[in-house]
Amino acid sequence: MLQRDVLVIGAGPAGLAASIEAGKAGADVLLVDLNMQPGGQLFKQIHKFFGSSAHRSGTRGYDIGKQLLKEAEEAGVEIWMQSTVIGIFPGNKIGIEKGLDNGDKEIITLQAKKIIIATGASENAIRFEGWTTPGVMGAGAAQTMINVNHVKPGKKIVMLGTGNVGLIVSYQLMQAGCDVVALVEAAPKIGGYAVHAAKIRRAGVPIYLCHTIIEAIKGEDGCVCGCVIAKVDDKFQPIPGTEETIECDTITLAAGLKPTMDLVKLADCKLTFNGPFGGYIPLHNEKMETSREGVFVAGDTTGVEEANTALEEGKIAGISAAEELGLISSENADLMRAEIWKRLDALRLGPFGERRMMEKEHILKEYREIIGTPISAE
Amino acid sequence: MSTKFSDDMIVCRCEEVTVADIKNAIREGAKDIVGVKRRTRAGMGLCQGRTCEKLVQQILVSELSITPKDAGTSSARPPVRPVTFGELAKGEVE
Repeated sequence: MLQRDVLVIGAGPAGLAASIEAGKAGADVLLVDLNMQPGGQLFKQIHKFFGSSAHRSGTRGYDIGKQLLKEAEEAGVEIWMQSTVIGIFPGNKIGIEKGLDNGDKEIITLQAKKIIIATGASENAIRFEGWTTPGVMGAGAAQTMINVNHVKPGKKIVMLGTGNVGLIVSYQLMQAGCDVVALVEAAPKIGGYAVHAAKIRRAGVPIYLCHTIIEAIKGEDGCVCGCVIAKVDDKFQPIPGTEETIECDTITLAAGLKPTMDLVKLADCKLTFNGPFGGYIPLHNEKMETSREGVFVAGDTTGVEEANTALEEGKIAGISAAEELGLISSENADLMRAEIWKRLDALRLGPFGERRMMEKEHILKEYREIIGTPISAE
Repeated sequence: MSTKFSDDMIVCRCEEVTVADIKNAIREGAKDIVGVKRRTRAGMGLCQGRTCEKLVQQILVSELSITPKDAGTSSARPPVRPVTFGELAKGEVE
């Protein structure tokens, strides 16, 4: 059976950062990802990031992705793309469906001393009459189509949700040449940053606050040809008589994300429920180690946040895995982690971040109280 | 969001499970996502519940007046992504 020091699952910002840190420390690292290209969501982000210069503000997502790939290469990280982890079994054995250069797939079993799970998150679906009609899709799917595959998802688009994803993807759809006809938001105010919303408003696109989509209308071709929106009351229930029909061929849903948890569950990590972070997530400590010794998590899998927090958490996971392998002394690992936690605290400030900082502290506290030290698999 | 759905609305696309199927499962005693999954196959298809888990959770929450936490989360089984028998059969055995 193939042996590796560290297996990192998911080549987004968290997985790449973890691989780089563990690789730099001298670990034999394999990074696997089911997509065609590494970088996770970074290569879809054509806008400039916010924040401090330490967090590469003003840099576009895809440039951050390129930089990380270069660093991973320099750190000697082995990368398998189009390769999917299909299971984690006792004894840190992992089943991988490896994508071969000729397009075939092959099942490989591998044993890793340390496993870092950075599988990210998936988009939430929203039900309304006709939500399974072709033409209804996640906002992230639409973003992949325009920014990665260079294909327009449709001509006339209605976006549900005005968080940062809804706002940014709406603007990028317009840049791609789509006609965004409306944004619909159930809350009484816009969810995302004002600077993103301003771009939409300047383009003259109406934003319907206190409204929701109640129906996707199916056309003769079986695809979406419009949607019915309605005003909602303070319990988010549609108010009869307020319905309006909007002509469109695509409805994109930006209703938040939930952590991708299947591998965390297979690794038998203890979970906790956290609403603001997207639902059930793995309990973890300051080293990003789960209740299972040698199994680490980082990024959106530990609670939905953003690329910079994912990157920093990934670094911690990589350092901690290298520390357990005896490649970094505990004193050095502690110092490195303390620096990163400082940066994480700085990222979790402000009206959007403070809640996440509180929730993160709560998760660390719960880990101390319920688990204490990670449980050995043996 | 809207809690008024017609009973024939699909919730789990992979296994074609409707709102009515899920409500029936709840009437038969399903108290959480795993209970609904066992009775209806919602979440057992190609996507392993990535799309429908939250929708099933919302129906449980409104039907039983419970919290999303109480609705629980789905169990996971390998393979967590679709893989053909042909590929599995080719794999090494140890």
